[in-house]
Amino acid sequence: MGDGSINFSLSQICEMLDGSIICGMDRAHETVSSACGCDLMSDVLAFTRSGSVLLTGLTNAQVVRTAEMLDLKGIVFVRDKRPDEHAVRMAQALGLVLILSPHPLYESCGRLYKAGLAGCKERQESDSIKV
Amino acid sequence: MHFVFEVQGGDFNKAGDASSKVKKILQQIGSDSTVVRRVAVACYEAEMNVVIHAHHGFVTLDADINQVIIVVEDEGPGIEDIEMAMTPGYSTAPDYVREMGFGAGMGLPNMKNCASQMEIKSRRGIGTTVRMVFENA
Repeated sequence: MGDGSINFSLSQICEMLDGSIICGMDRAHETVSSACGCDLMSDVLAFTRSGSVLLTGLTNAQVVRTAEMLDLKGIVFVRDKRPDEHAVRMAQALGLVLILSPHPLYESCGRLYKAGLAGCKERQESDSIKV
Repeated sequence: MHFVFEVQGGDFNKAGDASSKVKKILQQIGSDSTVVRRVAVACYEAEMNVVIHAHHGFVTLDADINQVIIVVEDEGPGIEDIEMAMTPGYSTAPDYVREMGFGAGMGLPNMKNCASQMEIKSRRGIGTTVRMVFENA
């Protein structure tokens, strides 16, 4: 990116979360530079950057729709929650990477943040300072 | 360019289909990615409102090189107090909708932030029409 932000591939993110990829393995090498942890889809729609990864405890199809609208690259479902079939099929069609993490939302976010993955707001601020 | 998509109230399996089509059309005609994102977010919020609150509705897309206009109209209960509905955090959505991650009272404020202009007309017991204009530059 060249703006000092740390990028991680979705497979690295999966590894940091002791997770497993259940959809979009062929895109797991793609990288993200920001993440958002949230169960409120309206907040996700309002504050999340395109190209980010979303961590959430919700598993319905609206999560995938929200990711589609924002051009997110992947979704991490925390605490081993599995999205329903409808949501997985939709994600497959959209080329989204879906990851299952055994850890709770707070801990999953904490692991990524500690590793240096920025939040969406920080990324926006660093973008706006960038000349 | 003019497209109309139907939206069924209560059909959560298809919720977002219309917005997904709107997004694809705008990408195909080469709209700026920032505009596509703003339209997609606002249109999806408006479509979810129809699915959550109304019986039936339509999403209309009109686009030319200068602007994108989205009109979302529904037959439904209408909005009792538009000013109140615009307040961030105010919501009349039932609990099962909140469990899906919606109904936190951010939909209308989000739509207003995304659009260059937004106009809401609502009649109690008849329905609601939201018109949003997005400058295409």
